[in-house]
Amino acid sequence: MIQSLGRYILLLRLSFRKPEKFSVYWAEVMREMVSAGIGSLGIIMIISVFIGAAVTIQTAFQLISPLIPKSVVGGIARDSTILEFSPTISALVLAGRIGSSMASQIGTMRVTEQIDALEIMGVNAPGYLISPKVISGVTMFPLLVIVSVLLGFTGGYIACLTSSEVTTFDFISGLSDGFNPIIVTTCLVKSVVFGFIITTICSYQGFYVSGGALEVGQAATRGVVYSCVMILMFDLIISRLFL
Amino acid sequence: MIEIQDIYKKFGDNEVLKGISSIFKPGVNNLIIGGSGSGKTTLLKCIVGLHEPTSGDVLFNGENFTDMGFEQRVPIRTHIGMLFQNSALFDSMTVEQNIMFPLNLFTNQSKAEKRDRANFCLERVNLAGKNKLFPSELSGGMKKRVGIARAISMQPKYLFVDEPNSGLDPVTSILIDDLISELTVEYNMTTVVVTHDMNSVMGIGDHIVFLHQGKKWWEGSNKEIAHTDNKELNEFVFASRFMRAAKAKL
Repeated sequence: MIQSLGRYILLLRLSFRKPEKFSVYWAEVMREMVSAGIGSLGIIMIISVFIGAAVTIQTAFQLISPLIPKSVVGGIARDSTILEFSPTISALVLAGRIGSSMASQIGTMRVTEQIDALEIMGVNAPGYLISPKVISGVTMFPLLVIVSVLLGFTGGYIACLTSSEVTTFDFISGLSDGFNPIIVTTCLVKSVVFGFIITTICSYQGFYVSGGALEVGQAATRGVVYSCVMILMFDLIISRLFL
Repeated sequence: MIEIQDIYKKFGDNEVLKGISSIFKPGVNNLIIGGSGSGKTTLLKCIVGLHEPTSGDVLFNGENFTDMGFEQRVPIRTHIGMLFQNSALFDSMTVEQNIMFPLNLFTNQSKAEKRDRANFCLERVNLAGKNKLFPSELSGGMKKRVGIARAISMQPKYLFVDEPNSGLDPVTSILIDDLISELTVEYNMTTVVVTHDMNSVMGIGDHIVFLHQGKKWWEGSNKEIAHTDNKELNEFVFASRFMRAAKAKL
């Protein structure tokens, strides 16, 4: 465990060495951003709308009381979406989508000697392969989470339109009532940290794989599982620190 | 010139290389041969720095490569070309992008100059016009040739080749051997080939190092190999009926 942590930290240090040529690395960063950002937009849009709608319906179901104003449903749905559902559920989904792809891509490059080929050429392989993924993770994840939050609200709005428990007016007024900006800060910090966790853990698992196709698959699975555990752990830590 | 001095390599308790020394001269084909598990590929990886030797030194033109850190090794690495056993072409790149990759990173050439160089290298390995194909669209022999084109794109001083004939038919194997041999002379490169292919040994083995049980067992040329009385080498070289028949005719 401690040995793995040491290797993980050393790999990160190697990943952020000065690039051999900035333009080549920049092109890789752009490619990874498109892959992680645009490539994940579809799944994020779908899950966000459904989660937003479900949260709104479930909150309304639990708050049927003449003593509680209906707009509270909007406020609770807003806080739940911003603080938990958008950053955390999105991160868990992205760990499966992007993380496994990163681990298997790097792992395949390892077992087919493509990483050795990079090293022979004098290329800093961790830097060339991992740093663009980490940069794309910490920049694109917050953007995806912002999209997710907005679509979560849209989902809640649609749920109000199609049900009779809460009116859309109450829902929208609830979204703005008692808004505390710290929840947005917490959400963005979480998304940056989760982006870092997914990209670094999955890259690490792929980079040190040895063997063949079976081991690459196992590394990808390990990457996703460890990422999910760390996401939930840091979810708690960040919530504790910020709220 | 590459000089290896008393190379030892251990993986845990398993000592794979046991004090190997040799000198690989430029302009000739240096072959490392031996049976499976004799340490050929490990030795090659120690020479190019993919494995660190447990002890011993590797000198590239007198410079001790083993003592150098990553940054110090880069200038020497830019003079190294390597063809891997499975070619190790980058899957996500076209043939042309594979060849231009080291040029993009380590030269300031214009795009047109890099493309010209890629075209030249592809012509040199008889693959002109295959620029836009992806590695998945190439046959095994074509992949090897693209691997060679990528290896020579930076006009290296040192060429390392790991099992160039594995998985290839005899005709393609000979083509690859001849290509390696021609390029070695043409660029006056120090070429080190790891192989257990007897056609390569007899065809291009100007200087041969035979490894057995992790030790250098024999050293000489393909002209000397047929007349050696080294038992283990004879068993290795003349294991096949074809080679025994050929020896009988000598």
